[in-house]
Amino acid sequence: MLFWQILIDGFAISALYALGATGFTLIFGVSGVLNLSHGAIMVGAAVAAWAAAGEFGTGPYMGALIGILAGLVLAFATYFIAVRPIQRSRAIAESEKEIFILTATLLWGIIIQEAIAYLFTNNAKTVLPIVEGVTTVFGVRTPRNEYFTAVICWVAIGLLWFLVNRTRRGKSVMAASMNPRGVTLLGIELSSIYLTVWAIYGLLAGVAGILLGMFLGVSSYSVGPLTASAFSIVVLGGLGSVSGSLIAAYVVGYLETGTAYLISPAYRTIPALLLLVVVMYLRPQGLFGRR
Amino acid sequence: MFSLKSFLLASCATALISSSAWAADPIKIGVIAEAQAVAGSSIAPAAQLAAEEINAKGGVDGRKIEIVVYDNHSSSAESVRAFQRAVSEDKVNAVIASYISEVVLALEPWAGRLKTLMITPGAASDVITQNIAKNYDQLKYTFHGYLTSTSLAGLVCDAAKDLLVEPYKMKTAVIMSEDAAWTTPLDAGYEKCLPDIGVKVVDHIRMSPDTTDFTPIFNKIEALKPDVMITGISHVGTQPTVQWKSQQVPIPMFGISSQATNSTFWKDTNGAVEGVMFNAVSGPGVAVTPKTLPFVDAYQKKFGNIPSYAGYTSYDEVYMIADAIHRAGGTDPDKMVEAMEATDYVGTIGRVAFKPKGDPNPHALRTGKGYITGLMLQWQGGKQVNVWPKELAAGTVTWPSFIKLKAASN
Repeated sequence: MLFWQILIDGFAISALYALGATGFTLIFGVSGVLNLSHGAIMVGAAVAAWAAAGEFGTGPYMGALIGILAGLVLAFATYFIAVRPIQRSRAIAESEKEIFILTATLLWGIIIQEAIAYLFTNNAKTVLPIVEGVTTVFGVRTPRNEYFTAVICWVAIGLLWFLVNRTRRGKSVMAASMNPRGVTLLGIELSSIYLTVWAIYGLLAGVAGILLGMFLGVSSYSVGPLTASAFSIVVLGGLGSVSGSLIAAYVVGYLETGTAYLISPAYRTIPALLLLVVVMYLRPQGLFGRR
Repeated sequence: MFSLKSFLLASCATALISSSAWAADPIKIGVIAEAQAVAGSSIAPAAQLAAEEINAKGGVDGRKIEIVVYDNHSSSAESVRAFQRAVSEDKVNAVIASYISEVVLALEPWAGRLKTLMITPGAASDVITQNIAKNYDQLKYTFHGYLTSTSLAGLVCDAAKDLLVEPYKMKTAVIMSEDAAWTTPLDAGYEKCLPDIGVKVVDHIRMSPDTTDFTPIFNKIEALKPDVMITGISHVGTQPTVQWKSQQVPIPMFGISSQATNSTFWKDTNGAVEGVMFNAVSGPGVAVTPKTLPFVDAYQKKFGNIPSYAGYTSYDEVYMIADAIHRAGGTDPDKMVEAMEATDYVGTIGRVAFKPKGDPNPHALRTGKGYITGLMLQWQGGKQVNVWPKELAAGTVTWPSFIKLKAASN
């Protein structure tokens, strides 16, 4: 019973972590940007979906769509306001740009967080679930929405895999992550690749945010922990490695769920963080990192 | 054309007019509150409303009341800075501060050091008044304008006896509370008073206020098969409520759930709060005193929403401070404290009087018959319905379909 409980709950939460971390690692792989406003974009999408479905009465589907749109808009805003001006700046030395972008995205995330708290208070919100009710499998009563979450996450990750491996546009994105200079030599504009990547990122973060909002609920307080969890999953899996992030997401998800059930919910995040420290000592590039 | 000169002239003229209307210096009341939190966001507007009403009737002995608002972003450190600024720069005569116990505990020594009357409209920890008992001369400037956790626990048990034990023969409970300063005495109170009404406490779960996934907690509680979950939650609210509903945990939630007292909670939870029962000092449409409903109407007309629990107390506190200043004949802090201790005021939540020096909780509200008794509300179909005490009840207890009452079927 407990075994099935951990297996089912851990699977859903891990799928959500995986989806959240995939976009984060993709951006890093392609453009070298560590986007610390990640959590704020997820929460922004979820709150937009909540407000649309609840306050303006659009229903769950339209609400989810508006939420995804909000994720996309926020991702582009992040790129155009916090990232691109620094990438193109002549005043900032090339070697320092990474730390400037890191700071800029962190501050941008705080701006979004404070705006959400100001407009919608810092109380947690839950997005109207698309699927209601519970199902009992192996004696474990689970909300159907939890299965729905896992399915959508894997569909989205599958689509991403298809895009990157089977389409021309996706292949050039993949190529840019391996060798940006080589891609430009082939006559592909790097800036248009960046736009594609940020668009994919916005969609992934938006979907992940909304699903999180349906599954557990979000508030402006979730911004920091969400960024931190995506960051630690990506570092654990190896920066820039999508498959590494997927595996790391499941390691972290099951470690957290197992701890919550077997030890105490209060210590939920601690073993995963300890594991991260150990990996940093023994294998600084992460489990599947290339650099 | 509208020139700078004419603007300056106009503003000078208004300044002259408004200053001529008031005989003496204004009385300034600082409000340090959490503008972004639902419970805290009503504190400043409610105080403002009270001040406007008092001013419209001529103020206090010809002096106008001015409210100075500071947003503390729910942080103790920011609250302390705001308190210092309020006293030394803005020269306030009294402070209404926060619904968070940690914040009030941080401000308490400052109220003593700066000899400034402070009253909280929403914090609950008993430690606030226990500190006053230990060091009265230094800390007598602090007043506790809301129920202490121990009183809250007592009121919840009183309600549980009438609503759960007698009609449904409930015998066992699990206490579920968040780990915070205000719940330590609350849980101790529950542990003591639940057995007194014949309910056995089978377990006691304290969770981190950062918890987002409550599945393991609910599973653990369900495995213990209690008749009811007695809650002590304020910083968390939406997430446990929504997950309780989405996982269809078959055990009722009953107790303190501060966020559920707010009118927006139905929307925040998409209606998952249906059936949750929570203690409150006031409720929509419940005329606790003749002042309650006129206050709610005026607040709603002015600000477009319904006040949180701390709004009611904050509103009353401005009147209480004004009354104390009137009786003290001015704003001398020590005289204000003496006058405040003699308060006997019927406000929006009941008859307010403070426990005296020598009590283990000096400056805490008197509760029970004749003073503040509290209510027990239940969310039913998008509305907060009062179900206890009987003389003020507007409806009876109903249960969501997924709740399974074991004892009642016996």
